[in-house]
Amino acid sequence: MKKLVLLGLVLSFLLSFVSSAKAGDSELVGAGATFPYPLYSKMFEVYHEKYGVSVNYQSIGSGGGQRQLLSRTVDFGASDGFMNNDQLAKAPAKIVHIPMVLGADVVSYNLPGRPELRFTPDVIADIFLGRITQWDDARIKANNPGVSLPSDSIVVVHRSDGSGTTHIFTDYLCKVSHQWASRVGEGVSVSWPVGLGAKGNEGVAGLIQQTPNSIGYVELIYAAKNHMSIGVIKNKSGKFIHPSISSIAAAANIPQIPEDTRVFITDSSAPGGYPLSGFTWILVYQDQNYGGRSEERAQQLVKLLWWMAHQGQQYAASLDYVQLPQKALTKTEKIIESIHYGGKRLLAEGKY
Amino acid sequence: MKSEPTFKGILYLSAASTIFLLAGLFFTLLRHSLPSLKAFGFGMFYRSVWNPVSGDFGAFPFIVGTLFTAFLALAFCTPFALAISLLLGEYWRGTTWSGILQTLIEVPAGIPSVIYGFWGLFLVVPLIRSLESKLHVAPYGVGIFTASVILSIMIIPYAASLMIETIKLVPYDLKEAAYSLGATRVEVIRNVVLPYARSGVFAGILLALGRALGETMAVTMVIGNSNFIPKSIFAPANTMASIIANEFTEASDPLHLSSLIEVGVLLFFLTMVINMIGKAIIRRTVSGAYG
Repeated sequence: MKKLVLLGLVLSFLLSFVSSAKAGDSELVGAGATFPYPLYSKMFEVYHEKYGVSVNYQSIGSGGGQRQLLSRTVDFGASDGFMNNDQLAKAPAKIVHIPMVLGADVVSYNLPGRPELRFTPDVIADIFLGRITQWDDARIKANNPGVSLPSDSIVVVHRSDGSGTTHIFTDYLCKVSHQWASRVGEGVSVSWPVGLGAKGNEGVAGLIQQTPNSIGYVELIYAAKNHMSIGVIKNKSGKFIHPSISSIAAAANIPQIPEDTRVFITDSSAPGGYPLSGFTWILVYQDQNYGGRSEERAQQLVKLLWWMAHQGQQYAASLDYVQLPQKALTKTEKIIESIHYGGKRLLAEGKY
Repeated sequence: MKSEPTFKGILYLSAASTIFLLAGLFFTLLRHSLPSLKAFGFGMFYRSVWNPVSGDFGAFPFIVGTLFTAFLALAFCTPFALAISLLLGEYWRGTTWSGILQTLIEVPAGIPSVIYGFWGLFLVVPLIRSLESKLHVAPYGVGIFTASVILSIMIIPYAASLMIETIKLVPYDLKEAAYSLGATRVEVIRNVVLPYARSGVFAGILLALGRALGETMAVTMVIGNSNFIPKSIFAPANTMASIIANEFTEASDPLHLSSLIEVGVLLFFLTMVINMIGKAIIRRTVSGAYG
C-alpha cells in the first residue's frame, strides 16, 4: 500500500512537469549573447509582471544563440555580431537582425598615477600588433604631452574566449589599420600577435587591474563598474572622444545604416560618435510559421520585441546600456513590422 | 524468488551501458570532427597555426602546453604527496592525527576548480609576478608556471590518498624483519616500504596526471591563453582543454567547431595512451619486484 502511494506521488510529480511544459505558449525561449543579459533579464522580468508572458533567456554566447536559432530550438537568438551571408545562406529560412541596444568597447590600462591617455587609431593598432612595445614610445607621448609615462614594457591583454567584444574591437582595428587587416583580420576569436588572454570581460578587467603596465579592451560597463582607467580615442572626424551614453548613441545615429542593420558602426563617421560602439541584435525568422508554431506564439514574440524596442528601452541607461537613437529605432521598427506568419502580418492588432 | 538472475541482469546491463556510453562518446566526437580531419588530416598533430579568421587550425601548441603543464604539475606534486603519504601511512600510521589529516587532504578534491582558479588569480598570480620581476623575466604573473603550481595543489589529494592506502598495506612482518637486521627507519622506507608500495605510488601519480591533463577551468584562468608554443616555463600558453573551453561557445564557423572537437578527440587519445603507458609501467614494476 505504501509503495502504491509513493508511486502515485512520483507519477503526479512527473506529470506536473509534463503539464507545465505543455503550457508553453505563455513562455518564450531565447538564447545567445551574454553582453545584454543583465538588461534583457530586467526587461523580461518587467514584461512578465505586466503581461504574464515569461521569457526564458539562456546567456550561452552569441555563437550559441545563432546555432540554437539555426536548429530552431528557440524563439529568438541574441548576438553581438551579425551573421554573415554564408551563415545566413545555410539557415532554413530568412533570418532578420533586430538591433536592441548599443554597447561599446573601451581601451583600458593600468598605469601608475592613473593618467587619462589619448590614443590615435594607429597607436592602438600598433600596440595590439606588438609594434609599439614601450609605454614611453614617442607616438604615445605625442598625443599625451605633459603625461609622464613609465619606460616599461606594455603588457597587452585580450579576450581568450570567442566574444562579440573582440569582434567589435578587431573590426575597428581592421578599419583603421591595413597592417591589422592583412595580418590578423576580424572575428569573435582571432590569432593575437601578442599578449595574454583572459576569459570573459571580468577576466580581462581583473587581469588589467592586477597587472602593472597592462592595456586591454573591455565592455564599457565592466570598466565603469571597476573604476578602471579609460582611454580617449580619436574618431574619424579627428576629435578625441570619451565613451559616454551620448557619444555611443551618436555613433549609431548615422544615415549609413543598411536596411537589414547588419553593420558594425565602429569608426563611425558621426562627428561626436565614439568609434568603438556597436549594436547588439535579436535574431528571429522573418516567417514565424515553421515547425508547427502557433500563430499566437508568433504574435507573443513580435509583441515582446516591439515592447523591448520601445518601453523596454527605459531600463537601458540605469544598467549602463545605450538605448537606440532615432535613426536606428526607425530601422528596428521596420524590421519588427516585417515579421509575419505565413504571409499574415503580426503587429496589426495593438502594439504595446 | 528469482532475484539472482535479475540482479545479475542488472549488473550486465549497467556494465554494458558504461562501455556503450564510452563508445558512443568517442564516435560522436569522431563524427563531428570529420570536417577538420578531412581538411587537415594529421596536420592537427604537428602544425602550430591556430587562426580562426583564416580557418587554419593546428593543435601542436596546445599539445605542448598540455603536456608541459601536466608534467610540471606532477613534478611539483609528487615530492609533497609522497612525503605526506609516508608520514601518515608509515610514521603516524593508525594514530588519530593520521585519520584527521587524511580526511583533510581529501577535502580539496571536492572543491570546484573555479575556486582554485580565483584563488590562483588573486593570490598566486601576484606572488609569481613578483618572483618573475626578481628573476627578470616578463612579469605577467599568469602562464605555464602558475598553472602548474595551481594544478599541483589540485592533484595532491588524488596522488596522496592512493599512496597512503598502499603504504599502510605494507606488511609488518617485512618491516620487522628489516628492523631485526639492524636497518634504520629511512633504510626500511627505502628498501622495504617503497618497493612494496611501488605500484600504488605509481597508480597515485597516474591518477593525478589524468586529472592534470584534463583540468580546464582553473588552468584557463591562470595560463595566459596564448596560442603560441611556449618558449619558457613562465610564458603564457594554452592547453587542449583550455582552448576548447575558450572558443567552443562562440565558434560559429563549422570548421572551427569541428577543429575544436578534434582537439577533444586528441585529448581523449592522449589521456588514453598515457594511461596505458602508466598501467604497463605499474605491471612491470609489480612483476619485477614480486613476480
